[in-house]
Amino acid sequence: MNFFLEGIYQTVGEHLPMWLMMLIAAVTGIAVVLGMVSLIAMFSVWLERKVSGHIQCRYGPMYVGWHGWLQSIADGVKLLLKEDMIPRDADRALFMLAPGLVLAAILGAFAAYPLSPGIWFGDIDLGVFMIIAFSSMTTIGVVMAGWASNSKWTIYGSMREAAQVVAYEIPLGISLLVPVMVAGTFNLREASALQADWFGMKWFLFTNPFMLPAFVLFFIAALAETKRAPFDLPEAESELVAGFMTEYSGIRWSFFFMEEYAAMFLMSALGAVFFLGGFESPLTHFAGEFFGRDLVVVGAGGAKELNFAAIPYHLVAAVTLIAKCFFGVFLMMWLRWTLPRVRIDQVMTMGYKYLTPLSLLCVLGAALWEAGKHALFAS
Amino acid sequence: MELSDRIFYPLVAVLGLGAIGAGALSAGGPGAAFGLFAWLVLGGSLVCIWERSVVRSAFALLGTFGGTAGLFLLLGSDFLAMSQILIYVGGILALILFGVMLTPPDLTERKLPRVAAGLVAVGAGVAFIAAKVAMTADWVQAAELAEPKSATREIGVAFVAAEEYVVPFELAAVVLTVALVAAVYVARRRTSDLKPEAGAEAEPRA
Repeated sequence: MNFFLEGIYQTVGEHLPMWLMMLIAAVTGIAVVLGMVSLIAMFSVWLERKVSGHIQCRYGPMYVGWHGWLQSIADGVKLLLKEDMIPRDADRALFMLAPGLVLAAILGAFAAYPLSPGIWFGDIDLGVFMIIAFSSMTTIGVVMAGWASNSKWTIYGSMREAAQVVAYEIPLGISLLVPVMVAGTFNLREASALQADWFGMKWFLFTNPFMLPAFVLFFIAALAETKRAPFDLPEAESELVAGFMTEYSGIRWSFFFMEEYAAMFLMSALGAVFFLGGFESPLTHFAGEFFGRDLVVVGAGGAKELNFAAIPYHLVAAVTLIAKCFFGVFLMMWLRWTLPRVRIDQVMTMGYKYLTPLSLLCVLGAALWEAGKHALFAS
Repeated sequence: MELSDRIFYPLVAVLGLGAIGAGALSAGGPGAAFGLFAWLVLGGSLVCIWERSVVRSAFALLGTFGGTAGLFLLLGSDFLAMSQILIYVGGILALILFGVMLTPPDLTERKLPRVAAGLVAVGAGVAFIAAKVAMTADWVQAAELAEPKSATREIGVAFVAAEEYVVPFELAAVVLTVALVAAVYVARRRTSDLKPEAGAEAEPRA
């Protein structure tokens, strides 16, 4: 993205006013993120149906395309064509606004996702912080949807969402603090680059004994934050019909699902970058050795040139991260179809009484370990 | 939708277009962004005091908090902006909503006196701040402003460097922890409160 925009700027930038460049940058960024989120959601819906099917000893979708791989497109067309119902007693304005707010928040969070070591939407120093901040904003949209629908099920769903997310944001942030402290950066791309040693296997998970418990805590908190089973109480289809989205239909309803799968992907991306090496793997390492890593080289005469030879390396890196993200998404689906839902008081107890103190202990232990390592081997 | 709403909301929208336009004319792209965020802050506050439904008022705060974050971002303080979103939108607004959501969506409730009082209060506040700023501000031209850059690293270093803010920072943390523990202590349910009651209602403790 950055190269694409820089290319535009260098060729026609001098003839265009600044505000038009900003507008072009914004529109391209939003379009690419929206496309990415749609693709992720479509693939994840198909994957979820296949995973759930195979866990329950059935096939899942089989008819639309090979093993049903076109099923999501068929679903999407159906959802676009469905009637958009708004209940008579609903708060119309908020009812219509809520799905958009939910989706917009997660699209904003995607701005911090690095596509490859050299290609990004925004190389944001506050990457993690921004992702957590924006994904906590989706809560407001969910609460808005629940209240505006003016139904008992939806109100229950959104109250649970508010209580749950406020509780689990704390362990989520604190357990992420462990790798962030070791890395010394919030930036996803820089954190990934720090794990490149040992032939691309120096993942943060292997460098500190407190990383593994922190990773487990992070994963549990991420499940609760993305309201996935066993923490899917805001939805809870067996008690609350469909929770906060009971009254929604058609494309507005699908926005909530796009948000859910995009949030799962982003949380897995955080886990992948800060615990599981990000772009780095032996494959990425050797691709980097073979093809070279720099996308931009300074050619003769000091002009910046695009180094096409390095593109395979960036492709491998991007695919490595995406594969790790989808491994996390798969894990979440596996858990969803394996574990029963917990009760709301159990959710609260677990968040406040166990996860929060444990994550604080992890931070303390990791800090002591790093300080000791520094004192012993600093040279 | 009532007549007053039919006048009020288009007025707010026109105000927004005016703010963005004025900003764009005076300072280009960043000016337009400033206009947008300023409108979000002011429009959110106006809707918050205008709306009759207390939940809609709370949702209007979303614009206010988000706009404030945008203003921080424009000033080059991305850390403050993200903190604003994380703490105010993700935390405080969620808690406010959690509290007020149990009220029914009753749009017939009148709170015009409150609206009038709010307008007076906001007007007085704006007038005071405007006067104060106009008297004391040393206006800097947009061209002279430094290039915005991330201040996160400097803030982090300032918090842990011994000669800077580490003592006040730790002190504030201790004070907040004490306040939290005290709040939990005051609000906790004593075991004597949990005894099965013979009557219908438990007596409030002195």
